[in-house]
Amino acid sequence: MTAEPAGLADDARPKLARGVKLKRDGVRGAWVLLAPERVIQPNPVAAEILQRLDGVRTVVEIVDDLAQAFQAPRERIDADVRALLSDLLAKRMVVT
Amino acid sequence: MNQVTPPPAAPLGLLAELTHRCALGCPYCSNPLELEARSRELSTDEWKRVFSEAAALGVLQVHLSGGEPALRRDIVELVAHCAREGLYTNLITSGVGYRPELIAQLAEAGLDHVQLSVQDSEPGSADHIGGYNGAFERKREIARRTVETGVPLTINAVIHRANVARAPDMVMLALDWGAGRVEIAHTQYYGWALPNRALLMPPRNAALAAIAAVEALKIELHGRIAIDHVLPDYHANVPKACMGGWGRRTLNVTPAGKVLPCHASESIPGLEFWSVREHALGDVWRANPAFQAYRGTGWMKEPCLSCARREVDFGGCRCQALMLTGDAANTDPVCHLSPHHDRILSAVEADGVGEGAPAAAYEYRRFTRADVVG
Repeated sequence: MTAEPAGLADDARPKLARGVKLKRDGVRGAWVLLAPERVIQPNPVAAEILQRLDGVRTVVEIVDDLAQAFQAPRERIDADVRALLSDLLAKRMVVT
Repeated sequence: MNQVTPPPAAPLGLLAELTHRCALGCPYCSNPLELEARSRELSTDEWKRVFSEAAALGVLQVHLSGGEPALRRDIVELVAHCAREGLYTNLITSGVGYRPELIAQLAEAGLDHVQLSVQDSEPGSADHIGGYNGAFERKREIARRTVETGVPLTINAVIHRANVARAPDMVMLALDWGAGRVEIAHTQYYGWALPNRALLMPPRNAALAAIAAVEALKIELHGRIAIDHVLPDYHANVPKACMGGWGRRTLNVTPAGKVLPCHASESIPGLEFWSVREHALGDVWRANPAFQAYRGTGWMKEPCLSCARREVDFGGCRCQALMLTGDAANTDPVCHLSPHHDRILSAVEADGVGEGAPAAAYEYRRFTRADVVG
């Protein structure tokens, strides 16, 4: 079981903060995350997670969805999702 | 066309200087000494075309700047156009010279971020630095309106002799005003800051004390406010990666439509900058010789040429190299390896002497009288 960072409950419904946008960049053929004075080019795993931060799905639902879509071990997906979310929460780029 | 270098990657950002008009007269303004008159500014349709071409070229973020961009009567229309093109819009504003209600209209039009300048945490000093009575209170109101809309707010504070003692106070002001982010930027000596350098440069120990205090706040306020710290390069040993490399990540369009690799690059003689009035933005980015001039590493001389950091800092700033060594292709003299590094040290020694607000008058950034009337 992964340690749960403060503020990230299983039933939290994370979404991108106002002023943070995920965009499909047609010129570069990649996803980009746009924030104040920042352009982040997420890796493919992060891009899949970011696309599911809609403020509707819970953390558990996002992990289940990704585990099924990619036929990957649930524990590994869970760790990836929580690592990314806690980083973006600290940067105030994601809110729950 | 004989092009030896491979085509550059697409730019990420566009700085759009919509106008040089501004109510403030900050003595460190990055605009050129020769300001463009209103009559020369691009029209609404011309700017829209520039933004559409930028989006097609791969630009992701547009920084609407000036002067004061909100003095453009078409600012809401331009923001809405950028939003339709999928561009991330950032308003870089003084907060002065327009109705505070405009902020809500811009938010409605799709504005993504507001960056508001603050000249000092002391209202009297702030108004003196900007050369405009009552500016501080107007800025506070713009901050309040921005927070009310939910659009994220950054406070930008330029640090120099008159306010260096209050650099940490400006972080606290940003927190108090509801900003999620603050930029504490030590003055860079370009544009109007160069003729004012003797009045702006703080003593080295005052700059170092301010840096230490702001770094401490970064840790203390982690998770509450993001602090971006731009250090004074005159006190550094290695140069900054100016613009992330010449013609590599961003481009700049002046009020009259000239396309520049950075806002100061017109100070370099011998470069011909193309205008969006005659060229498509993508053609300028790819083919304007001025963009090729210092792109990559092929133009470098020693000590840059064989340096391990040549693709880290790209030799520093071309404009600074020109101003202080007479040749834009020299190593930025901020670098300790530059044979001209002593010129930085002597500038600091000569100018970084006074404490507190200077007694002499700043040379405020102003249009000539004729331009104001016109």
